Amino acid sequence: MTPSQTAGPFLAIGVAWMEAERLVDPAAPGAVRIHGRVLDGAGQPVPDAVIEIWQADAVGRFPPEAPWSGFGRSLTDAAGRFRFVTVRPAALPSPEGPEAPHIDVSIFARGLLQRLVTRIYFPDEVAANGADPVLRSIADGAARRSLVAVAEADGSLRFDVHLQGPEETAFFAY
Amino acid sequence: METLRSPWPVLDPPYDEPSYRSTALRAPKRPLILLPHHLTERHGPVLGQGGVGAADADLTRQHAGEPIGQRIVVAGRVLGSDGRPVAGQLVEIWQANAAGRYAHSVDRHPAPLDPNFTGVGRCVTGADGSYRFVTILPGAYPWANHDKAWRPAHIHFSLFGRAFTERLVTQMYFPGDPLQPHDPILQAVREPAARQRLIAAYDIGLTEGEWALGYRWDIKIGGHLGTPTEEWVP
Ligand SMILES: [Fe+2]
Repeated sequence: MTPSQTAGPFLAIGVAWMEAERLVDPAAPGAVRIHGRVLDGAGQPVPDAVIEIWQADAVGRFPPEAPWSGFGRSLTDAAGRFRFVTVRPAALPSPEGPEAPHIDVSIFARGLLQRLVTRIYFPDEVAANGADPVLRSIADGAARRSLVAVAEADGSLRFDVHLQGPEETAFFAY
Repeated sequence: METLRSPWPVLDPPYDEPSYRSTALRAPKRPLILLPHHLTERHGPVLGQGGVGAADADLTRQHAGEPIGQRIVVAGRVLGSDGRPVAGQLVEIWQANAAGRYAHSVDRHPAPLDPNFTGVGRCVTGADGSYRFVTILPGAYPWANHDKAWRPAHIHFSLFGRAFTERLVTQMYFPGDPLQPHDPILQAVREPAARQRLIAAYDIGLTEGEWALGYRWDIKIGGHLGTPTEEWVP
């Protein structure tokens, strides 16, 4: 297998052409705004990260059956912020029981020799999240909660990524 | 708190790599959680269809004039861990110019920019997983990691396999580069045979007389913990 190497500090020149923050039109029915910041172990914003998301559509389809790419890419700004407009994916069946609606996330940056992988869950899916086999496999409550986005007053969802520190996000081996 | 080491030390570099200073505040400290390969992980995006033209694969023809530097062909195949081709999938590359300077605003290396070279390319793999770029040999460049730190010549590659678990961003190096033993990023891959997989081979078949030197680099991507082979049907 070909090993991973860091995307380095200049990855923006290679990947900005396909920045894809709007998977759906913000005015489309069911559009959800998801945004957040990437923060390092000193609590400082990470301004040179690329966040990619990958998900099922609202009825649980993936390409080529789904009528969209299911893929998003956002480059963090000077404040470490990224943002997407998407729809809530359907819950999905799995051999370990139904998975709550979730979005798979990759994080690339200087200082990451491999991508980081995490998941975004939805805060109002209390019952589904409680039964989700991946969330249930995480013993630590704070780590589990780090995967659930926070509902903001304006109807958007906030998902901050803490690379390190007391609020470190749960990351996956895959 | 146990120190985090990736569970695949033989292949991929660890997150926490003290010789690469940028990892200090960015490497997670908690153990990783095992993500099962369910539907989201077993599928993946198919990208580049319609948005990538033949001109995107020739980095020497993106401007009015030709870039300065040694013209090269870089080609190979993208394969899954099962050896099957990754067909019809996007490949993205970016690199420094011949003087070792990136066309990026945060690159402060006092080497000249080349008005005829952006250093960004992309293509879509063929049915056999093949890709091919024409570009120029990138220069080595200094960085602030340690005293006399210079990155060996390399091209950044971004690859999408057939599933989310196969997403890979890596770097391709050139054979015989004396900077490689001193580079903490390349050397973070501990296993010599795995490190060797990051180094292209000079290829006389790809070389074009009176035009360009050829380098072959085959890429094999797979889930770190194994690529799912049996399809689970709900
Ligand atoms: Fe580089």
